[in-house]
Amino acid sequence: MSSGSDTDRLIGRLAASAEPVRRLRPPLLRAALWLAAVAAAVSAAILIFADLHVFAVRAANPKLALELTGTLLTGILAVIAAFELSLPDRSRAWALLPLPSLALWIAASGYSCWRHWLVHGPDGWAIGESANCFRFILGVSVPLAASLVVVLRRAAPLAPVPVAAMGGLGVAGIAAFALQFFHPFDVTFMDLGVHAVAVAIVVASVAAFERTAERRRRRPSL
Amino acid sequence: MSDAAATERLWSELMAAAQDGDRAAYERLLRAIVPFVRALVLPQHRAGDRAEEVVQDVLLSIHRVRHTYDPARPIRPWLAAIARRRSIDALRRHGRSAAHEVFDETAYETFADPRANRSLEVSAATEGLSEAIATLSPPQREAIELLKLRELSLAEASSLSGKSVAALKVNVHRAIKALRRRLQGGEE
Repeated sequence: MSSGSDTDRLIGRLAASAEPVRRLRPPLLRAALWLAAVAAAVSAAILIFADLHVFAVRAANPKLALELTGTLLTGILAVIAAFELSLPDRSRAWALLPLPSLALWIAASGYSCWRHWLVHGPDGWAIGESANCFRFILGVSVPLAASLVVVLRRAAPLAPVPVAAMGGLGVAGIAAFALQFFHPFDVTFMDLGVHAVAVAIVVASVAAFERTAERRRRRPSL
Repeated sequence: MSDAAATERLWSELMAAAQDGDRAAYERLLRAIVPFVRALVLPQHRAGDRAEEVVQDVLLSIHRVRHTYDPARPIRPWLAAIARRRSIDALRRHGRSAAHEVFDETAYETFADPRANRSLEVSAATEGLSEAIATLSPPQREAIELLKLRELSLAEASSLSGKSVAALKVNVHRAIKALRRRLQGGEE
């Protein structure tokens, strides 16, 4: 049973326990800081480990530029959307922000597959290097997702699952972008399928992790 | 300046002061916004008790996320978004419990297929649980209601009840043990 007097008492207790709090900086600035840190780490890894000579040869093909643009923009825009969505009063329309670049990513990869099919026929279904791509996307996404979740939680989002899913899409986009520097061949059908599965796993895992954490927070274990 | 704009500005200033640790400003703000929150919550929760519980949930959420308010932005959309979110959560919670409280004029019939009786058995079990909760001591009942039925966090339940987190943990632990004993072993 709850009454107005219970509410009065609650207000008194909340006010009595209110310590000063540090205001969150604007979401765009927080997103930019996180992205800058990730850009530094990914750039360092590319410079140290990637075969830039092979990449330069592939980069002569304009469709690679489309794929890189699609993946990178999806990563950046989805991360920005996640920071915006983590605040209570921001429009849910922010979730639409990465969709055009996601469409470009899918279209550019799909075009590569089609070209590969014309040249190599059903060989495109061979598992080949796809398993390595799968491991790469998951391996890069896990630490990025963990750091992003920590930063996003500063906002204590009221609906953490959509925020986490958007963040998962962002880190998967960044991982797919970085993959191009370690991927010395065009995308095959199997590659595209494997990339899609890896991205879906990242998005679903981050969302599921946040859902479980939220349930635990609301139902304390004893 | 219109009344609404003046109120908006006042609330925003009070929240900015509260973020800086001004407890009097915070208390003034929370008291001022209760009618606004109630007006948002009441249309969705007609039962007075439940509406007041949702108002309290909204106040607890405002307390938890008060660092996310940007004084450069209007405060009403921020408050309204929190109220709407908590209201939806409460509707979902109520929907889950209401699923066990169906009126069925054939409730006393036993069907040939055992699976057909399952919802009636669940209903009966829920009724037994409600009766068992009613027999708990007031502190234990309060702990179960806040932590398990309203699904508040320990910190939120502590703010609402005025009990320490440790006391709530002990009470809910004892309450669960008592409920288990009662439901498994019948009357004590």
